[in-house]
Amino acid sequence: MSEPLLSVEDLRVSFHTDDGVVHAVDGISYSVRTGKTLGIVGESGSGKSVSSLTTLGLTRTQGGRIEGRMMFEGRDLVTLPDDQMRRIRGNEIAMIFQDPLSSLHPFYKVGAQLTEAVLAHRDVSKKTARNRAVELLELVGIPDPRRRVDQYPHEFSGGMRQRVMIGMALANEPKLLIADEPTTALDVTVQAQILALLEDLQDRLGMAIIIITHDLGVVAAIADEIAVMYAGRIVEHASTEQIFGAPQHPYTWGLLKSIPRLDSPRGEELVPIAGRPPSLIHRPSGCHFSPRCPYVQDACKRVDPRLAPVPDQPGQAVACLLEPAVRSQIWQGLKDGRESDTLRELASTGAPLRAGASTPTTSEAGP
Amino acid sequence: MTTYIIRRLLWGILLLFLVSALTFLFFYIFPAADPAVLRAGRNASPATIAHIRHELGLDKPIYTQYYNYMKGIILHFNFGTSFYSGASVLSLIVNRLPATLSLTVGAVVLWIVISVPIGILSALRRGSFLDRSAMGAALVFVSMPVFWLGLLVLFLFATDIGKFHVFPGASTYVGLTTDPSKWFTSLILPWFVLAATQAAIYSRLLRGSLLEVMGEDYIRTARAKGLTERRVVWHHGVRSAITPVITVLALDIGALLGGAVITETVFDIPGIGRLNYDAILHTDIPIVQGTVLLAAMFIVVANIVVDIAYAYLDPRVRYT
Repeated sequence: MSEPLLSVEDLRVSFHTDDGVVHAVDGISYSVRTGKTLGIVGESGSGKSVSSLTTLGLTRTQGGRIEGRMMFEGRDLVTLPDDQMRRIRGNEIAMIFQDPLSSLHPFYKVGAQLTEAVLAHRDVSKKTARNRAVELLELVGIPDPRRRVDQYPHEFSGGMRQRVMIGMALANEPKLLIADEPTTALDVTVQAQILALLEDLQDRLGMAIIIITHDLGVVAAIADEIAVMYAGRIVEHASTEQIFGAPQHPYTWGLLKSIPRLDSPRGEELVPIAGRPPSLIHRPSGCHFSPRCPYVQDACKRVDPRLAPVPDQPGQAVACLLEPAVRSQIWQGLKDGRESDTLRELASTGAPLRAGASTPTTSEAGP
Repeated sequence: MTTYIIRRLLWGILLLFLVSALTFLFFYIFPAADPAVLRAGRNASPATIAHIRHELGLDKPIYTQYYNYMKGIILHFNFGTSFYSGASVLSLIVNRLPATLSLTVGAVVLWIVISVPIGILSALRRGSFLDRSAMGAALVFVSMPVFWLGLLVLFLFATDIGKFHVFPGASTYVGLTTDPSKWFTSLILPWFVLAATQAAIYSRLLRGSLLEVMGEDYIRTARAKGLTERRVVWHHGVRSAITPVITVLALDIGALLGGAVITETVFDIPGIGRLNYDAILHTDIPIVQGTVLLAAMFIVVANIVVDIAYAYLDPRVRYT
């Protein structure tokens, strides 16, 4: 297998605030290959956006303390000088954001904003850049691009604006496109169009995509791999098939059970994940998910699980203290719609804490 | 857009009618003194006073007076004559306008030159020593009354009464066409006094506006494009942040052109403000009427200019 395009190793991003240190990203590792799509899924405040903004060096100005390595084609994006980082931004790595209206400058024509992106990295004439702008609008499926290029963002619909954002991100044919909640602000029908557009563009341009979302439904169709983030960490990392077929982490189960599905039995209720995401300043001891986990054991409150490979599931890793066999039984039970009380009992009786079972320790838990 | 401007102009004219009627009414209800008595001089006989009153048309009922006044303006562009000097109000105003214009333009340039860099730097280095000292100074200057600051600089720097004889003091104003260099030096202190408060207000305004803009999503987009920080700040940040500042600026210019009464009085500059001030002292109603109407007109025009400017500055704004 070829070298990954981007390889993030033990990335930590923290911010000093008056209330204390916010551990926004707490030691995450992942990699993306050319032509592949990684989905990063998590609630608001799970650190998913911070990690991607860091990839572009955009957390530096906010006083973030950044540790770890982010290798991008032989360069470490964590330590790269600002001016070199700027040359990568919008050129080799591009990003699109959640709200396409507030993300476009309201005072400039769409064409001007597109040509600006081209001219920031290429020494071409304004005319060439403008032609490129029209070409980009056409590429992202905006009808009548020659006319639309002279319009202002407020003259575009939400979906069309997001297409403009995508066109702008693709201006310099980036090797990596980071899409931060690209469909969250859009209508459901438009969401599907934008996702289809991203997939299509990836096929044609061969770039790697990192798609960040709180919605597993969004990544289901488009991602090759999924990393589930919780409280600044990756708690489960697996192929898309594994996440949907054999999810291992109770948080992933929670996410899956909270997506409405057309094929689920009539009358089946959506199950919200109880509680709120933890404070990233005062994090819970032990497993950070333990206060919200329905299957929590005593050890979970003491031992902080590390991401470890799942037996018999190549490429899948999870940070959970429950025994693999117990986990698969619980997931089976959840799929069958069994009572949560029974499953909770299953967790405690079949749990690793039972006499004779291997007692988890922090040393054992390392990947 | 054209229809909109025409409609605004018509409303403006209506407003000016209202302003003129109100000033008329004020002086009728609360006369400071009887203009006829003032005009007649000391020891004038009642007959003389009555004669003058008749000459000035003050013996007629108020609505007739107002009607005659408005007729003069509309049909002959005649704003009446001064009760005090007998000169035409229009020519007095035209004579005084250059001084007010000189004072306004210079002060505006000065306060923009001071406040724009301070506002931008303070916003970009929020919380720095520069930001704190600039905002501290702004608080001091904004708190200083103009008449007090005016007297202070005169006692400090005026060549006649100052502790340090640096700049020409009060009553030294000469027209630009008479002597450009004297015109300039005589206005240095008044410009500074008028600009000090405004520079303080404007730097705070721009700082706040830019701070807000720099947190916008489109600034993040501009950075994500790989633009240089300078371009992000100027082309994307300041461009947005300056819009509210320009609005306030146009209104302030409009207000100042109507006469900076206090500054002109402290420095004895023969401008509209001084004209107005003297007219009030002399109960010279036609001049008060004229200057008030002029000031109201500048404000009406400034408001229309702001609206038109807004449509150019912000493409989302459209008038119908």
